Amino acid sequence: MAIAKRQFDAVVVGAGGSGLRAALHLAEADLKVAVLSKVFPTRSYTVAAQGGVAASLGNDGEDNWHWHMFDTVKGSDYLGDQDAIEFMCRKANEAVYELEHFGMPFDRTPDGRIYQRPFGGQTRNYGEGPVKRSCAAADRTGHAMLHTLYQRNVRARTQFFVEWMALDLIRNQDGEVLGVVAMEMETSEVMIFQAKATLLATGGAGRIYSASTNAYINTGDGLGMAARAGVPLEDMEFWQFHPTGVAGAGVLITEGVRGEGGFLLNKDGERFMERYAPTVKDLASRDVVSRAMATEIKEGRGAGKDGEYILLKLDHLGAEVIDKRLPGIREIAMKFANVDCTKNPIPVVPTCHYQMGGVPTNIHGQVYAPDGADENIVRGLYAAGECSCVSVHGANRLGTNSLLDLLVFGKSAAEQVIRDIAVDQAFKDLPNDAADRPLARLARLYSATSGESVAEVGAEMRRTMQLHCGVFRFPDSLAEGVRKMLAVVERVKHTFIKDKSKVFNTARLEALELDNLVETAVSTMISAEARKESRGAHDRSDHPNRDDINWMQHTFWFKEGDRLQYKPVKLKPLTVESFQPKPRVY
Amino acid sequence: MEPATTHGELGKLRWHCRRGLLELDLVLEQFNNRHLEVLDAGQLALFKELLAFGDNDLLDLVMGRTAPADERYGALLKMLRTP
Ligand SMILES: Cc1cc2nc3c(=O)[nH]c(=O)nc-3n(C[C@H](O)[C@H](O)[C@H](O)COP(=O)(O)OP(=O)(O)OC[C@H]3O[C@@H](n4cnc5c(N)ncnc54)[C@H](O)[C@@H]3O)c2cc1C
Repeated sequence: MAIAKRQFDAVVVGAGGSGLRAALHLAEADLKVAVLSKVFPTRSYTVAAQGGVAASLGNDGEDNWHWHMFDTVKGSDYLGDQDAIEFMCRKANEAVYELEHFGMPFDRTPDGRIYQRPFGGQTRNYGEGPVKRSCAAADRTGHAMLHTLYQRNVRARTQFFVEWMALDLIRNQDGEVLGVVAMEMETSEVMIFQAKATLLATGGAGRIYSASTNAYINTGDGLGMAARAGVPLEDMEFWQFHPTGVAGAGVLITEGVRGEGGFLLNKDGERFMERYAPTVKDLASRDVVSRAMATEIKEGRGAGKDGEYILLKLDHLGAEVIDKRLPGIREIAMKFANVDCTKNPIPVVPTCHYQMGGVPTNIHGQVYAPDGADENIVRGLYAAGECSCVSVHGANRLGTNSLLDLLVFGKSAAEQVIRDIAVDQAFKDLPNDAADRPLARLARLYSATSGESVAEVGAEMRRTMQLHCGVFRFPDSLAEGVRKMLAVVERVKHTFIKDKSKVFNTARLEALELDNLVETAVSTMISAEARKESRGAHDRSDHPNRDDINWMQHTFWFKEGDRLQYKPVKLKPLTVESFQPKPRVY
Repeated sequence: MEPATTHGELGKLRWHCRRGLLELDLVLEQFNNRHLEVLDAGQLALFKELLAFGDNDLLDLVMGRTAPADERYGALLKMLRTP
């Protein structure tokens, strides 16, 4: 079947912070750039980021990139690659000043500099005490970032293809990536976007869990596309959980609630954090609190009909304090938990929040597959942002480092694209089967007259992930989780939708997204089952400690045969001394 | 009665309810399940206008943190707020 084709120097898939930062640099270099997005760019998930972006500007107290680097290495539980971490922390100030120069409305100090505030895990002098490193635009940092970058892109003549869904990568016999096949939602028209460089910036896939703070849009499309094209996924077992998402809804209840004196109870009304963290109790770090909650639930002390949640009590603070110190919480609790929190506790569960793993890249955004300790570059393919794994976050991301990651590696990937295109100007011939895979996926959905329900298979996937690969992981349960997920993978091949219409067929879009979610989920389950240690966000009951002798290794999952491969963590930074693994205590 | 809109138009509105904030996804999904297919042409036009707001502004309106500048949105916002 002949399908339309357009040619661009670079195609960027995704218009969140990372995609927009990359596209801007490319367009300003006078390249012909297309940006594809499922939703209007400023509605990308980056809009949810509130806390800010990290940079050691030192505008309020001394700070430097080396301290930031230490915090990030330690935060990553020593799984982060130290070359990438040095690169990111050194570039942070420049990245923030560039954004300021683009017109980002950062909060200001009285004398006009960028205002900075403290954030968990970010410290001064190698862990001595909190440092003010986060740069924010009120509580709308992500929103301001998207608007600023979008405006600049429009000015630089980036071509936006909004409400276009990328379906699959095009790869030739030599393994080079030559563009993507995408579908316009309004017409169902399928088109080839041929490109000298293809950059994935599709964000995270937090919707693989039933309890997720992620918006519905976060379906891991870039991960699915990469996996189907034979590109491995790195460190997928590492997902950050936030302790207090509203049970059944996922909406975040800020840590401030516990900061103001709220605490957690099990079904017996016991303040169980006293057992797990006798000194700091409910104010222990995210992973400690999440683990304690998961243990209570697992051991049958959860509240609710099926013992499935924990109670966050704050009524003792009184309505006045709640309204004054925790604005918005009352409405959130009422709206999403149907609870008046001045009278009753809020049901909460540890909730999936951030994906540390992703498409493997080096510091130049080039995607690679491991070959022993070496890296085989996938020519023509680049990735940045939450869909990628460079790896700066390792086994655990620090707050405010993600927005920084988007800016630094979005730009760095674009710089590499410019260099690569300068060397190799010509478009390569497309293979005859360039669009076969996505067309077959679509044809199946058009023609199937019966099969599996997308909603039911999706629910089974989320339930399986939640039950078998949550905060706290048990060997037998993981093994069972692998079996169940492999069954889900089979079922997803037979999904069926009744609606065969062509204009904004949301049923079909969701079926296509499920294909991507499932790749993410199965890679997570298999990688988690195989990692026999506890590190950062990966916590196993049978191997409760970090194992630096055997597991200073990145996991790579290949779709073909569900094969795993490992590669040592890069302990060697670019210019400074390595930070050697130490116990991660705060 | 003539339907106020086409299947494709409704699909488009449903897709425009895909937001960057989970809170909005949840509110809008519930609203769509209850009301989308029975809205009249006037309500549909207003709903479309509301969906054109940025995510944070729309959430503020839905949560009642800010009052709508335009009174015409009042009834629709009330439906969106109903638990
Ligand atoms: C509540 C909350 C608060 C947060 N606060 C902070 C914070 O304060 N600081 C911080 O550093 N981090 C924070 N984070 C994390 C951070 O917001 C995200 O990691 C980051 O925004 C991800 O950006 P991105 O560019 O990778 O992707 P996204 O912003 O998710 O963008 C993905 C883009 O890809 C497009 N896309 C996806 N699939 C396709 C496809 N198939 N075809 C076409 N387009 C596609 C989408 O339309 C979208 O434009 C927070 C997260 C949450 C949930």
